[in-house]
Amino acid sequence: MIAFFIKRLVTALLVVLTVSAMTFSMTFLTGDPAIAVAGENATQADIVRIREYYGYDRPIPVQFMSWLGRAAQGDFGQSLYLNQPVSIEIFARLKTTMTLGLSALIFALVLAIPLGVVAAIRPNSLLDRFALTVAVVGQAMPSFWFALTMMLWFGINWRILPVSGTDTWAHFVMPSIALGYFITPGVMRLTRAGMLEVLRSDYIRTARAKGASGFSILFKHALRNAIIPVVSLAAVQFGFMLGGSIVIETIFAVNGLGFLAWESIQRADLPMMQAIVLVLSVFYIMLTFLADVLNAWLDPRIRIS
Amino acid sequence: MADPVLSIRNLTVGLPVKLDRKNAVTGISFDVRPREILCVVGESGSGKSITSLATMGLLSPGLKVTSGSIDFDGRDVLKLSNKERNAMRGDQMAMIFQEPMTALNPAYTVGAQIEEVFRIHRNLSAADRRAEVMRLLEEVRLPDPKRLYDAFPHQLSGGQRQRIMIAMALALDPKLLIADEPTTALDVTTQAQILVLLKQLNERHDAGIMFITHDFGVVAEIADRVVVMRHGEIVEQGTADEVLNNPQHPYTRALIDAVPRPMTEETTPEANENPVVIDVQGLNKTFTTSTGMFKPSRTVTAVNNVSFQVKRGETLGIVGESGSGKTTLVRCLMRLIEPDSGAINISGVDFAAKSRSELRSHRKDIQIVFQDPYGSLNPRRTIGSQLIQGAINFGIPRKEAWDRVYKLLDIVRMPHDSVNRFPSQFSGGQRQRLCIARALVVQPKVLIADEAVSALDVSIQREVLHLLNDIRDRLGLTVIFITHDLRVAAQICNEVLVMQYGSVVERGGVSQIFNAPSHDYTKALLSAQPGQNWDMPVFDEGDTLAKI
Amino acid sequence: MTTPVSTSAHTSPSKQVLRQALNHRGVLFGAFVVFAIIFIAIFAPMLAPHDPYEQILSRKLIPPVWFDSPKTTWDHILGTDHLGRDYLSRLIYGARISLMIGFSAMLISGVIGTTLGVCAGYFGGRVDNVINFVITTRLSMPVVLVALAVVSLMGSSLTVVIWVLGLLIWDRFAVVMRSATQQVRGLDFVASAEALGSTTRRILFVEVLPNILNHFIVIATLEMAHAILLEAALSFLGLGVQPPDPSWGLMISEAKGLMFFDGWLIAIPGTALFLLILAINLLGDGIRDVTAPENRN
Repeated sequence: MIAFFIKRLVTALLVVLTVSAMTFSMTFLTGDPAIAVAGENATQADIVRIREYYGYDRPIPVQFMSWLGRAAQGDFGQSLYLNQPVSIEIFARLKTTMTLGLSALIFALVLAIPLGVVAAIRPNSLLDRFALTVAVVGQAMPSFWFALTMMLWFGINWRILPVSGTDTWAHFVMPSIALGYFITPGVMRLTRAGMLEVLRSDYIRTARAKGASGFSILFKHALRNAIIPVVSLAAVQFGFMLGGSIVIETIFAVNGLGFLAWESIQRADLPMMQAIVLVLSVFYIMLTFLADVLNAWLDPRIRIS
Repeated sequence: MADPVLSIRNLTVGLPVKLDRKNAVTGISFDVRPREILCVVGESGSGKSITSLATMGLLSPGLKVTSGSIDFDGRDVLKLSNKERNAMRGDQMAMIFQEPMTALNPAYTVGAQIEEVFRIHRNLSAADRRAEVMRLLEEVRLPDPKRLYDAFPHQLSGGQRQRIMIAMALALDPKLLIADEPTTALDVTTQAQILVLLKQLNERHDAGIMFITHDFGVVAEIADRVVVMRHGEIVEQGTADEVLNNPQHPYTRALIDAVPRPMTEETTPEANENPVVIDVQGLNKTFTTSTGMFKPSRTVTAVNNVSFQVKRGETLGIVGESGSGKTTLVRCLMRLIEPDSGAINISGVDFAAKSRSELRSHRKDIQIVFQDPYGSLNPRRTIGSQLIQGAINFGIPRKEAWDRVYKLLDIVRMPHDSVNRFPSQFSGGQRQRLCIARALVVQPKVLIADEAVSALDVSIQREVLHLLNDIRDRLGLTVIFITHDLRVAAQICNEVLVMQYGSVVERGGVSQIFNAPSHDYTKALLSAQPGQNWDMPVFDEGDTLAKI
Repeated sequence: MTTPVSTSAHTSPSKQVLRQALNHRGVLFGAFVVFAIIFIAIFAPMLAPHDPYEQILSRKLIPPVWFDSPKTTWDHILGTDHLGRDYLSRLIYGARISLMIGFSAMLISGVIGTTLGVCAGYFGGRVDNVINFVITTRLSMPVVLVALAVVSLMGSSLTVVIWVLGLLIWDRFAVVMRSATQQVRGLDFVASAEALGSTTRRILFVEVLPNILNHFIVIATLEMAHAILLEAALSFLGLGVQPPDPSWGLMISEAKGLMFFDGWLIAIPGTALFLLILAINLLGDGIRDVTAPENRN
């Protein structure tokens, strides 16, 4: 068990390292980063100065090591646009994105899990078809279009919800729904499939042979086992959601990490972009690690071996 | 005679449309009396399991009882409400299933799962429930009940899990215990222990036991009365003595005929002057298990210093229970997995010493037929293209290769138009024949049959065994026959190797192994064979079995 | 248990699947819509009533014909956009871009993901470990963000978008093909082929690939839909297809500022996008249902 987690941790660190290298290599995607930083009106002398100032004249591995070393301490360098350390801005925005991500996750799980369970109890029933329709429609709807449409009806036509900003909880309602509905189909389908499979299993038949009631079979015996893979999926999807929140944050002007990313891309603020990609990747790696821990804790076959 | 506890009358269970027959069970009637063991015997598809599930009210949704009654303890269970049925199940009527590995919920401790029966049906304090569970764990002879109480199913062996299932079933002293092939998934020694346990429990409890099985050996071991089923109908029922020793229906007689019987007469093997075809010396294979990333890596010696020779035209049986290393051994012989050390000489070529690419041209000398008839043919290719592949691989011209294929189809008694069909259009026994043909197309010197008949019904098992014998004699093959079943080995082998924990514990001629075993493990295996005290009658109607 | 033996002799598994597919509502609907859109895309020049790039500023923002407005005209059935371009024509040409990007990106990712997945699943051991690591690394990078960043750094063009998406979304191919290959590899007919002297290449192409093809088709449809959605999102954010090329995502983006007054401007391209994705997904789900009923969920 402990050996497994150490192994898992080492893998996670190696992944972080690889992702860092790839993020760092973005610097050279445009050729000479000094020219990019200097801007269009720079003279040759400016470029040379910038090259020395940012250390672009050193060998690439040296540059990477020093970048990595500083990043590990939370120093991602200076924003090219905001004239302040990248990390300060990122941490200021992280809270908003987390709030959005978590409320979207809760929305998705509260909708998807009960729907998946109900659908599995009576496959091919009206309810099952409804759930499947929700899933199919949800998967096909472009999130930005869904967001705009919601905005149009709830924000403009009916004036129920505010359309932009992050001042109150009400501001988070539409962004959370827009962000969360996209993962609902996946979670619902997995819950349904897991429940169907478990309900067909031998040990459910054993429970029925014992005379257990329908309620106990469904929740005590079936859901307890079917939920284990859903936990992993939810963690993974949460990570994807944070990465994908850029679209939703831009539409609703939610002042989070995604919005910052979009602003930075517009301003060609490379250090900021790199830092955001890295932070989100590391966050995803942490999430999957936590999901594995949680999985091991939920599944005695892994926990006790 | 006591009133029956269960009495089934004219029970018919319909099948969903589009299947080859209308009913799973058609108009069957029988009784189970208190304190008796009633065996329901039949081959796959006979409807025996459906009958037991209908009694418990556990039929899967596609199956419906269309007529008849199942009277249990004076009430027709088919007319009970869900609530009444739940109150009855687990309390007055209990069931044990075939697959102990999957029959317990992996998320809860076995103690909690037994306790649940008391929670559902009785109003006991926590301490009383625990005491009851401890008593039951002791009654089913499980060691160290205190520790076991908190164990999860995956920590127990198959036999232990089946004991847990029995404890759960007996918890409230039911009037009827249904056991659906409870020992089929277990090794023969474990099976013997479970059968003994059931017999003992049968003496102490009043329950009537309905025992579903396909194995006449098991029937001979425990039955008081027997019901024989075929295609959803009862063909014969009576006392164990009547059915086993004086069966009336031709089907029963054919079934009994097909049961592999131990060799009793003393035969001295004819001295075989043929050359040695396969010579294995000091073969070793250890695995480091790290597949479950969660388990610390462990080394298991799967094959430990195994040596043997087989002469041309002989059949060597390799017998062992699950985990004995027999399957690893054959996969090493085929170089499907890499042995750690040792030599495998097949007509002068050391298979173990060749590199994989050098080996390819020699592979035709040794071929294999696997256990699972459903996984051993590619579902997406026609039979013809699969049969001819081997010959093509070894550079045989197409025309000659097809000639070989058709000749082999004759030998395995399959029609020539099989070549245009796909595997899904054949039954398990037919697929095994096709697999034999596929292996023979490269004209091997050695043919390995890895549990090749274990997945088949006895009647079909018998045909395939005859076929293997026939082919060996006609083509001068050397056969290595892997099986867990000593009775099957006795029918076909000249010599037998007995394996345990990766090592060969005993080797000898068939009659020597059966009549004068020297190793304790061989003795244990032999004494665990069910139905030893049954002197099987001979009818010689086996070949008619497939036709009736 | 009884195995129902198929009574129809001499039919290949693929023919049986085809017959089932023709009885599956999802497959029929999905295939119909997808083929209709492919048809429209191929014959766009003949079907489009106007030049999608032609700007007539005097005819801007004409609503579709079903609106109650004096400006509507049957010359512009779906109206015109803020630059007076015919909306129907832009929609028709937009189908070309969506399908081309979706299909090309799916092809690139399919080749990468399948190669990785099949190698990992077939060879196992160290190869599997390395490929698994590559997959994990790829999964940990946020797709939309990386795509946006790379496109912005390299400059946006159709080719760049296709390659960036193709190089990013192979993960599901790899994961699914890996486990499918593992499953097939464990079956005895693969061991048999090995014993009969088939080369590794032959085993991969003749024994393994045909048996995982159904998984490939299912994932291919899902990933095509995924790529189309991503392109639309990139274009919506201004970093995908560049104006004046007509892309459905870009059309929504261009109409964003006007949507409070003319909601149909986003409703029309959004519906088209939704229908295409829906049809592709239904087709994929349907194919999974008919090729592997046991995997149905």
